[in-house]
Amino acid sequence: MNLQNIINEIEKVDPEVYDRLNGRRDAMKSFAKLSGRVALTALPLAFGSMLQKAYGQSGATLITDTLNFALTLEYIEANFYIKGVATAGLIPAGPGVGALTTIRDHETAHVNFLRTAITSLSGTPVTFTAEQFDFTADGTFPDVFSNYDTFLAVAQTFEDTGVRAYKGQAGNLISNNAILTAALNIHSVEARHASHVRQMRKARGADVKPWITGNITGIGPVVAASYAGEETTTQAGVNIIGIGGFASINADRASEAFDEPLTKDQVLAIVTPFFA
Amino acid sequence: MLLRKSMDKSLVDAASESEIKRVSRRNFLGYLGGASALLVTAAACKKDDNNSMNSGVDLGSGDVGILNYAYALEQIEAAFYTKVAQSPYSGITAAETSLLTDIRDHEVAHREFFKTAIGASAIISLELDFSSVDFGSRDSVLATAKAFEDLGVTAYNGAGQLLVSADYLLLAGKIVSVEARHAAYIRDLISDGSFADNTALDANGLDMSRTPGEVLAIAGAYVKTKINASNLPTN
Repeated sequence: MNLQNIINEIEKVDPEVYDRLNGRRDAMKSFAKLSGRVALTALPLAFGSMLQKAYGQSGATLITDTLNFALTLEYIEANFYIKGVATAGLIPAGPGVGALTTIRDHETAHVNFLRTAITSLSGTPVTFTAEQFDFTADGTFPDVFSNYDTFLAVAQTFEDTGVRAYKGQAGNLISNNAILTAALNIHSVEARHASHVRQMRKARGADVKPWITGNITGIGPVVAASYAGEETTTQAGVNIIGIGGFASINADRASEAFDEPLTKDQVLAIVTPFFA
Repeated sequence: MLLRKSMDKSLVDAASESEIKRVSRRNFLGYLGGASALLVTAAACKKDDNNSMNSGVDLGSGDVGILNYAYALEQIEAAFYTKVAQSPYSGITAAETSLLTDIRDHEVAHREFFKTAIGASAIISLELDFSSVDFGSRDSVLATAKAFEDLGVTAYNGAGQLLVSADYLLLAGKIVSVEARHAAYIRDLISDGSFADNTALDANGLDMSRTPGEVLAIAGAYVKTKINASNLPTN
């Protein structure tokens, strides 16, 4: 296999090939030269990956698009908690005030962090303002800012949905180690939030645990889409129920032990009603 | 067509496929550096008698190595919570018993999942040492649990970028958020509201991540079996 020949062939039909390879021209030359020294078997896929980046959705665009999707979710959460914490009489005096303020500050920090990350990748971060949200979700939660239990139910849904949303996007970031790690570091914070909000709801009588059992919402069918698929008990083809002969690992424990992803489309369908 | 042909898997030596996948997602210059390092390591290993490089349980290389790394951590967590459930600390509440038993089952499920999924390449069962934990003391148990859960979160967060397979990355993601739920719960048991405080998060509201070397240095206090992580991917 002669890589330089392949590139020359591409150049005949696409004179911009080197530009598409995004400054990799020198690398490509060295690549071809090295083919005698590096294991030949290692070349085709490495080369293919470079072309995929050049001709598929470019790696950078996929990453900034994915980060803008995450930023959109963070804007929803940040604005939700900003308004909730600022609404007099909503949050009873006590530890809830501190916890929700902490979460508000994290979500706001995530907005700022993602904006910076997108800008650093030469992307354009999306921007949303408070007026663009409707946290009643077209009237589904009419008392979201007057009934603390409704507020916490929506908070739980946002956090659990956020965890699933980040999980579903991780693969899109796999080509950029720093960005992937940052996204994972946000993902687990959303899970910490979810765990705490669930404990807050439990303390007020809701039948929920810090983790998600089956596809039980603990809220009602109105948020079922955020929990659909969480009942999964098979991972990578391995049945988790009773695994290793441990009878206590029933369907509830097996589903709790693994959180499930949501696709971008699933998440957008869930959050769309929250936009005014 | 030309490109497809150039990527034809039949050209690929099956034995080195995972290594190729690992390489394929790296940026090109990074790959070159990695390749030279690999060659150097291989050469050095041949010259040595392997004593210094292969002592202890070898986690292996590539994605399998990372899965074994996760398997090792889950072994520690599962064994710890199994002991917690067997000998509850004094003053444990019904709610704590119930949720700590849940956590035991989650960790055992993770451990057994990795054991099954890794199959023949799975490391052995590690010999563990919890002699530093006072299982009768709520403070001792919860402090240890907090350390394990926070460590697990940083370990999975740091391991994501070391994986090549998006499928394995997703699996790690499915587990790490459950570890984070555990971490938040345990932290709140110790001090309500500490679920995501600044001992866990940075100023940007992000969790931390740790390299396998950093994680194993901490976890090593609870493991008698020597773990050799030297063949794990490093980027």
